[in-house]
Amino acid sequence: MSFRTAPLAVVHDVDKSTLLTPELRAEIDRHVGKYPPEWKQSAVMPALTLVQEHNGGWLTQDLMDQVAAYLDMPEVAVYEVATFYAMYDLEPVGRHKICVCNSISCMLGGAEALLEHVEARHGVAPGETSKDGKFTLKEFECLGACRHAPVVMVDQEYHECVTRDGIDKIISKLD
Amino acid sequence: MAEQISIEIDGRTCEAAAGEMIIAVADREGIPIPRFCYHEKLSIAANCRMCLVEAEAGGRPFPKPVPACATPVAEGMKVQTRSAKALDAQRGTMEFLLINHPLDCPICDQGGECELQDVSMGYGEDVSRFSERKRVVKDEDLGPLIATDMTRCIHCTRCVRFGAEIAGVRELGATGRGEDMRIGTYVESAVAHELSGNVIDLCPVGALTSKPYRFTARAWELTSEEGIAPHDAVGSNLYLHIRGEQVMRVHPRDNEPVNETWISDRDRFSYEGLSSDTRLTEPLRKRADGTWEALDWQAALHLTADVLRGSDPDQIGWLMAPNATLEEAYLAQRLLRGLGGRHIDTRLRRQDFRGDRADPAVPWLGLPIAELERQQAVLVVGSDIRQEQPLLAHRLRKAVLDDAAVSFLNPYELALTHPARQLTAPPGRLSVRLAAVARALSASAEGAAGSLISGAQPAEAETRLAEELRAAGEQGRGLVLLGALAEADPDYTLLKELAYLVADAAGCRLGFLPVAANSVGAALAGAAPHLGPGAQALEAPGLDALAMITEPRQTYVLWGLSPELDLFDPSRAREALAGAAQVIGCSAFRTPDLEAACDILLPIAAFAETSGTFVNAEGRWQRFQGAVPPAGDARPGWKVLRVLGNILELDGFHYSSGKQVHDELAALCAQTRGGGAQVCDGGTQPDNARRGDYGLKQPLPAPDGLMRVGNVPIYAGDQTVRAAPALQHTPLAEPLALHLHPDTAAGLGLADGDAAEVAQGERHTVVPVVIDDAVAPGAARVPAAVPGSGVLGPAMGPIAVAKADASQLAATQMLGGQPA
Amino acid sequence: MVDHQDTVCFRTMRLRPKIRHTLKAYRSVGGYVQWERILREKPSPETLIEEIKLSALRGRGGAGFPTGLKWSFMPRNKPGQKYIVCNSDEGEPGTCKDRDIMRYNPHQLIEGMAIAGYCIGATVGYNYIRGEFYEPIDRFEEALLEAYQAGLLGKDLQGSGIDFDLYTHLGAGAYICGEETALLESLEGKKGQPRFKPPFPAQAGLYGKPTTINNTESLASVPVILEKGGQWFLEQGRPNNGGPKLFSVTGHVNKPCNVEVPLGTPFRDLLALAGGVSGGRRLKAVIPGGSSVPVVPGEVMMETDMDYDSIAKAGSMLGSGAVIIMAEGTCMVKVLANLAHFYAHESCGQCTPCREGTGWLERVLERILHGQGRPSDLDLLDNVAGRIGGRTICALGDAAAMPVQSFLKHYRHEFEHLIEHGTPLVEAA
Ligand SMILES: Cc1cc2nc3c(=O)[nH]c(=O)nc-3n(C[C@H](O)[C@H](O)[C@H](O)COP(=O)(O)O)c2cc1C
Ligand code: SF4
Ligand code: FES
Repeated sequence: MSFRTAPLAVVHDVDKSTLLTPELRAEIDRHVGKYPPEWKQSAVMPALTLVQEHNGGWLTQDLMDQVAAYLDMPEVAVYEVATFYAMYDLEPVGRHKICVCNSISCMLGGAEALLEHVEARHGVAPGETSKDGKFTLKEFECLGACRHAPVVMVDQEYHECVTRDGIDKIISKLD
Repeated sequence: MAEQISIEIDGRTCEAAAGEMIIAVADREGIPIPRFCYHEKLSIAANCRMCLVEAEAGGRPFPKPVPACATPVAEGMKVQTRSAKALDAQRGTMEFLLINHPLDCPICDQGGECELQDVSMGYGEDVSRFSERKRVVKDEDLGPLIATDMTRCIHCTRCVRFGAEIAGVRELGATGRGEDMRIGTYVESAVAHELSGNVIDLCPVGALTSKPYRFTARAWELTSEEGIAPHDAVGSNLYLHIRGEQVMRVHPRDNEPVNETWISDRDRFSYEGLSSDTRLTEPLRKRADGTWEALDWQAALHLTADVLRGSDPDQIGWLMAPNATLEEAYLAQRLLRGLGGRHIDTRLRRQDFRGDRADPAVPWLGLPIAELERQQAVLVVGSDIRQEQPLLAHRLRKAVLDDAAVSFLNPYELALTHPARQLTAPPGRLSVRLAAVARALSASAEGAAGSLISGAQPAEAETRLAEELRAAGEQGRGLVLLGALAEADPDYTLLKELAYLVADAAGCRLGFLPVAANSVGAALAGAAPHLGPGAQALEAPGLDALAMITEPRQTYVLWGLSPELDLFDPSRAREALAGAAQVIGCSAFRTPDLEAACDILLPIAAFAETSGTFVNAEGRWQRFQGAVPPAGDARPGWKVLRVLGNILELDGFHYSSGKQVHDELAALCAQTRGGGAQVCDGGTQPDNARRGDYGLKQPLPAPDGLMRVGNVPIYAGDQTVRAAPALQHTPLAEPLALHLHPDTAAGLGLADGDAAEVAQGERHTVVPVVIDDAVAPGAARVPAAVPGSGVLGPAMGPIAVAKADASQLAATQMLGGQPA
Repeated sequence: MVDHQDTVCFRTMRLRPKIRHTLKAYRSVGGYVQWERILREKPSPETLIEEIKLSALRGRGGAGFPTGLKWSFMPRNKPGQKYIVCNSDEGEPGTCKDRDIMRYNPHQLIEGMAIAGYCIGATVGYNYIRGEFYEPIDRFEEALLEAYQAGLLGKDLQGSGIDFDLYTHLGAGAYICGEETALLESLEGKKGQPRFKPPFPAQAGLYGKPTTINNTESLASVPVILEKGGQWFLEQGRPNNGGPKLFSVTGHVNKPCNVEVPLGTPFRDLLALAGGVSGGRRLKAVIPGGSSVPVVPGEVMMETDMDYDSIAKAGSMLGSGAVIIMAEGTCMVKVLANLAHFYAHESCGQCTPCREGTGWLERVLERILHGQGRPSDLDLLDNVAGRIGGRTICALGDAAAMPVQSFLKHYRHEFEHLIEHGTPLVEAA
């Protein structure tokens, strides 16, 4: 028997109707429905994504524990997932996330200069949040839109062939 | 059976089963292949890449080195474990493992027994090519048992797999990714599993080590002695690691049919109790003013002999811990009976002895331990099995993972790490639910059982359970087990009768979960009121353990126990002992209740300090030697009894060795066939058939109020474990509290965290309330054998509960559980 | 260049941008004809697989494994659930083609997955899309809805008794989940750590059931292969290298693009399609198949054709078809340091050589880049890379090693210069 081939379901001693919010639970249920009944844990990634969005862009331990309870998973299995994937943030973030691709095509297209510019102009280095809490700047590995280098993902939107002026405009438009 | 094939490893032809991994074949052949992540009891991860070897199949070499742990063998495969290519791959991995490893062997507890150190010696390569900064990893506090030095971790994930696959709880995980991957709980929680210490052995480096042992000794200073664990009825095989005259730590000794390669935390860490300052180290006599006076052994033994000689034999009650050795048990009953006495018992936590005459002489597991995992359906009646018998619980879990259906009938639902059906009822009512199972199997009987069965209405759970048992019974793979919670039940005899009826009707075997390391041995030794040596039934039985208290004696011998924590009704025991003329305590520990009760205290050797034999649940006789000298002036129990026997001029006490005592009993058992049992040195295989009819006419009247469930928490069961500090600080060490089902609590107007006064007759105390829907409605779980529980009455029996003032709670807690 | 008429995965590109991703648009280019024919006629899956084999379609995800052969490994007649999984995790630096398939032609992927499911006996499919692809995800989800509503997905389709359910599963930012078994782990709600093989997914894949995993482009090619025949597809490319393929041409070119051209197209033509090297500079180097493959000097590339076998002869791999162009003046130390950072960042962490080795490579390269290199570093890099490659569970180890070895082979002097002088031989472009 390997836990890699069998889900390790654990029963949490909580009333599920007290977890998260009814809307989140309904959304998560929709995802749970995609997978075989004994593989509820398959929905952990969408669940974390939803919960993170709902929580202003980051995950707390309590939220992760609630997801674990809701999906009958061991807590640590949820922490493993949440710490493995780059799109989950486990520390507070700004109201927006600006993710600048730093991989080869974007580097050749000037991503580095873009990052330096943001740091010089807005005083925010990768991994930091602007003082006004407006945005968190992140370096991202290849965003998969290389022909429009350099690419910047702002929240859920891709911006292509971004110039220094371009990024200033993007930032100034954020609330 | 997998097809047998032959392969070649390093030029040697080896037989193998098709599909086996290369490393398993090599291990069998004694061909060394370095490895870190592979462990035969765990799933294969193949992530350390240390076991890379060169191989070819069908005449074609694999293009890359292959991991021996994850490459299945095929006919004609040729493997090179030491070729230039293989060695280069292994060296490469070694270098990678070492670049971020602290190389702090001189201060590492694993030093001298580190798999990484051992393997790296074999390569002796210069690791100085790495000139970057080494990784430093923050340590986590995993609780009182396991120390962490996570910078040393090599990410083999054995500990993580152990948790998920063996323990069945994922406490540890590997969070983060790449270089930042970390092993830990992520949130720094104490691990709370009864087998958690095994990760110490599994960790190939010094990342997870024993916290109690930490920095106390170096591996090369230790000598190793074989031992047998003294707590549960598994009798796990141990290595006791000794420095000077002290047990420094305990490791498992592989014995596949008994404990495989595991031991419970209780067996691993209870050795700490040996050096507890509560050890009794010299013979003592109580002066008239209640103070103690030290005696030399000579004087103490004569004094004791005088007391015994001067007592009316029928007025002697001899209460003995069920983890006393076979030799002690045998000599104790010889001595008592030699004086004409009859009242001796080790079944200390029981109230219903009505079945003694009809019971099997030696109630045992009913099958070999290893067979447990091959059962198809098991019904466990009255056992908190993870707490009582951790490794048997592990075997049952394996059965479940192999698709067995396991059901429990208990006064509270267990926290399990596998699916199981759990039926609950308060003490005294378990029989009703069991009768429903019997009914579903169309069992019929006379008397009490019969009337319960005919009145029963099996619900779906009972019907299903019955079907599973029947189906398993047809395959010869069905089992009904009775555990310690059943044994303490007021209607234990009826439970037994019903269990027999269920087992018979379903074609299943019936087994008992003997409480302690030598419960089976005590029966064979005749340390029971109704049994003589060889487990021969006696015509005129003496008083059982409870009757010795309820019909107080003039003289008591307490052997290896603390009366307020080890007896069924501590309060009545206290009264009975207080009223006795003489109480002799033979004990390795000096506890307040013993001091209060006894007039003479004789220090006897504890676990690891004496030779002896334990007969485990499956009837296996396991003899062991003393590994360290007894603390202070303590002496091995069997020697104390031998000398007493001689002073009392009893016949045949001139033994020259403990082995001789053992052989004498073994011969007796062979003669009597252990009361219907087959006995040999390697084992006893009694059958569990009833010798007679229980003859119960009526079930006990259904309790109308709350019933106390006085379960014995895992680290409370005997003197040694209670004296082991690290175990007492784990989350599994339960404090005294009142656990109630939410409905029961609501009916009483109690909420979580409230204070409640619990009362049994005159006896009462104030405890915190814990709301717990695992507890059967109508039951009040108040553990026994934990500090403070000694003020209460019967472990299982009526109890009254009322809301109390929180300030009273603080007061009792300050006084260590004694009522204010 | 392939005429628009003949394009495979970009069949809908010539339609109006606003509508080209819709069911209606897809139908207008012959979409779902094959799926509906299958639902009607229920041809034997074996004959369909033969057709795919004939087409010489090779996996577009990177490894170039023949798709028909892969499908034939499935125990299709064994009872029990089986799965088809599409790998839309597109994360290989330089690669951006699957994103556009989902944005512009999502229905063709759906049809391809349905047909693949039929061929291998799978009634359930999952499309694993990387989580950052918000727009493509929406497009694909919309298309799924349309297909369900049109009775093209679901149970007992068009009365055929055939079931096929298709779901999306979103990643959350981990390159390694593009590796097929890591992807399965991720689908099972775990971190994406590749599984060792055997067992192969065809024996024990998703949820332990037989599973086939294919790249988006591979699956999207299938409907057209069935429509026009395997022979036709084969002829679009070269023997053993069937069909046109999408190339993402990025880096120092005037018109970075995704183009669908026949396999075997000369590299120089492809470069011309992308508008040539930017700024009129000389071509310095090309990474022809995504960041994981060895770099090839510009002059060698100029003589090479874009198919699996030709590029292999030039010492590299076609990989995912991501062609990264580097012009004269590019500092190769810097590029390699960038790649090394990527692999160290994306290593899943389970294999010792990859976990420890990628970080080591990255640190040494960073040091060299910052003028703190030592002469012995170059041999060290080469040797460490050699100790990672071929010794790990998945190919990320090789992907991290190959660039290092090839950069050192072709551009060693630039590294030496930096070590000796503390400044790069060429200024970064
Ligand atoms: C580290 C790594 C990353 C990969 N990333 C991708 C990817 O993003 N998309 C993809 O289709 N295949 C990727 N692959 C290849 C897949 O493992 C797999 O071979 C492919 O999805 C199979 O589909 P195909 O046969 O259609 O190419 C990757 C492989 C490795 C080792
Ligand atoms: S090679 Fe790297 S990414 Fe691949 S499985 Fe091993 S550690 Fe993970
Ligand atoms: S022992 Fe084989 S890879 Fe670890």
